[in-house]
Amino acid sequence: MRIQEPRTPRAAAAEPAGGLTPVAVPAPASQIRKFLQSRGSSSLADSTFRWLMVLCALSIFGIVALIATELVSSSKLTLTKFGMKFFFGSAWDPVNADFGALPFIYGTVVSSLVALVIAVPLAVGVAVFLTEMCPKALRGILSFLTELLAAIPSVVYGLWAIFVLVPLLRLYVNPLLIKTLGWTGLFVAPDFGIGMFAAGVILAIMILPIISSLTREVMTAVPHTQREAVLALGATRWEMIRMGVLRNARIGIVGSIILGLGRALGETMAVAMVIGSSPTISKSLLAPAATMASVIANEFAEAADDTYRSALIEIGLALFLVTIVVNMLARLLMWAVTRGAPARVT
Amino acid sequence: MGVSIEVTSLNAWYGTNHTLLDITLHIAANEATALIGPSGCGKSTFVRCLNRMHETNPIARVTGEVKVGGQDIYSQTSAVEVRRRIGMVFQRPNPFPTMSIYDNVASGLRLNGFRNRRVLDEVVERSLQHAALWEEVKDDLKRKSGASLSGGQQQRLCIARALAVDPEVLLMDEPASALDPVSTAKIEDLIFQLKVQYTIVIVTHNMQQAARVAERTGFFLNGKLIEFDSTHKIFTNPSDKRTEDYITGRFG
Amino acid sequence: MASALAVLATVLVIAPLVAIFIDLVYKGASSLDLNFFTKIPAPVGETGGGMANSIVGSGVLLGLASLLGIPVGIAAGIYLAEYGRGTKLSTVVRFTADVLNGVPSIVMGIAVYALIVAPMKGFSAFAGGVALGIMMVPTVARTTEEMLLMVPHSIREAALGLGVPTWRAMLSITLKTAMPGVITGCMLAFARVAGETAPLLFTAFGNQFWSTNLNQPISALPLQIYVYALSPYDEWHRLAWAGSLVLIALIVIAVSLVRYVTSRGVLKGAS
Repeated sequence: MRIQEPRTPRAAAAEPAGGLTPVAVPAPASQIRKFLQSRGSSSLADSTFRWLMVLCALSIFGIVALIATELVSSSKLTLTKFGMKFFFGSAWDPVNADFGALPFIYGTVVSSLVALVIAVPLAVGVAVFLTEMCPKALRGILSFLTELLAAIPSVVYGLWAIFVLVPLLRLYVNPLLIKTLGWTGLFVAPDFGIGMFAAGVILAIMILPIISSLTREVMTAVPHTQREAVLALGATRWEMIRMGVLRNARIGIVGSIILGLGRALGETMAVAMVIGSSPTISKSLLAPAATMASVIANEFAEAADDTYRSALIEIGLALFLVTIVVNMLARLLMWAVTRGAPARVT
Repeated sequence: MGVSIEVTSLNAWYGTNHTLLDITLHIAANEATALIGPSGCGKSTFVRCLNRMHETNPIARVTGEVKVGGQDIYSQTSAVEVRRRIGMVFQRPNPFPTMSIYDNVASGLRLNGFRNRRVLDEVVERSLQHAALWEEVKDDLKRKSGASLSGGQQQRLCIARALAVDPEVLLMDEPASALDPVSTAKIEDLIFQLKVQYTIVIVTHNMQQAARVAERTGFFLNGKLIEFDSTHKIFTNPSDKRTEDYITGRFG
Repeated sequence: MASALAVLATVLVIAPLVAIFIDLVYKGASSLDLNFFTKIPAPVGETGGGMANSIVGSGVLLGLASLLGIPVGIAAGIYLAEYGRGTKLSTVVRFTADVLNGVPSIVMGIAVYALIVAPMKGFSAFAGGVALGIMMVPTVARTTEEMLLMVPHSIREAALGLGVPTWRAMLSITLKTAMPGVITGCMLAFARVAGETAPLLFTAFGNQFWSTNLNQPISALPLQIYVYALSPYDEWHRLAWAGSLVLIALIVIAVSLVRYVTSRGVLKGAS
């Protein structure tokens, strides 16, 4: 190795490079040092700031805890009066102060199931189309449209459902369903258009974007090598999608479906506007019904006495707990798939 | 003027990983001191201990004594105050992307609450001149973003930014490793100019660079300071076999 | 065959969206006039009238919600990305935020009713703002976190290396660098709560008259749409459509803006 002697500053000045200007002793230098020394360590500001941030982060716990305690303390009346019977009783009689939440639990479960049955195949189809076959230019537009679908407020869906979807169902779809599937007992006249089925359809439209965008996310996360491995075995494109992509993404897809379910369970306005608000359990999907969320929306304002109000708040509490469990389940599944990388839901 | 640095029994850990073992070393004022060694030898950790940047990593820990101008930076002052006195230039140029060239240079003062416009203007111009960047950028100081400059210019901008707070010591952690040869030459010339006013500690994996710019050189290996002497001695007549192996290219 | 099914599914999904937009524009635009933006609702039986009070009411509620939700959300995001990185606490906070995001808005409504309306013995704009603000927190926190994590570590080091206090470095350097992305997150949260009705039913409650008093019930665009949609009057139905069109227009503008900003690269210029 060739060793160079360190040059002296003078030597460097003799051959200026890059437009060096001769170094002058800075005049206000000490002024700056003095100023900075006067600023102190600001350790108080730092620790205050830190605690403020921690406090705000902890406030998220606080919010959840507050919701839970408020709901529990406000529904004490019915919690103690009916106990677990509340969830198995099918009577909903505000006049005689007899409350059972079963019709609403039934309504919530059935409307969500209808929504999933309609939405899941479509959502997976869209996700497959977008990730595997769609031309790039179209993909941007379509994913923007599905994003928009997610941004439409519930009340606007409800408005549209009342004036467009319900007449459409009553005039064309429901008669057809009664004719072809009437023997199952699920589609039986009388048909008012509004009812469980209408609620299920509008819910399906609303949860579609969530399921399809999350499904797309997990499908994109499937490594390319998996696809190539299947293709190398001589599979067709469809077989590649089925074996290479869907199979690998299935846990994530289940996660996104459960997340969609979580949304459907708690969805309020659109459902309240088209479900018909009837606290009854009937086998026909065309009959009016009510969900846990819709009964709160429709009856809370008129619930004058304390027991009635407490009963509605208890339904809210149950809904809160159920959606928390469902969401936790979905998140755990999604986290397992994306390995902690956050899945975004808007 | 620069100040001397007295390091006594410095030990550093990342988690359970003991990365610096009992370093004792005297860095003279107004000189450039080079630290060389293979990657992972602890030389970067060492300079990061000199301005308490090491502790920004939550799992990092340090013991020992570092006296800068006679003051122990670990017991007698706070990290923030230490870093105002000891500037640092990092391996990759890291100008603030949202700021103009002017704002980048002024940032150290402004973010510490300095408001005097007239003095700021002076400081920015002088720092950019010291960093040999003034001529290239003086026409669009406030128009261009710091990130729009070339890599070499960005690194000189970072040097100007560090100089603007008028530190007593300038730490440079492989300042030219991400740059092309022409930019590297400019940075080296700069170091030459700067040591008139500042004490400079430069980490480098490039032995020629150490030989060119530094009066003294320390050789690190596996977290230990193997040898510390005048640059000339280290590169012509090292007393330790391992130093000799390293500078003759037998490993590293 | 399979491809045809996937295409069909896509068409079926896009169809209602297109239908909703056509209906909104067709039915809404015809009822949009100056009165809509300047008048308060006309009494039953009279024609004319508008939703001026609801638009202003929505503005008040959203302003209050943003004032409450955005700072808390951003601060929580800063904790998650800067202080809590890798700690157990941050994992739990993150998880709780995601779960809170999934709590039905009607539940938020009755919780705030129990928390504020019942003790204060009256519906109020304040209660409505709190309900919406709470709903903004998790979205803002999570996007802020994601955006801060995109800021290169070297930028933080540069700031700390200059002897800038940590709080100042986080606000003036890290957060500022991530600002376009953070604003995006805030707008997404804003757009989401702008259309919320359920949490307002028993908090802000609605009001047929002018009110900007935070202690009084206040009207909001989605609330008014809900009331009008369920009314038996054609005139009110037309106003509901017009209101929906305005609401959607606001949201679409927000979402498109967000998309434009993010597509330009959230951290353009960051090395």
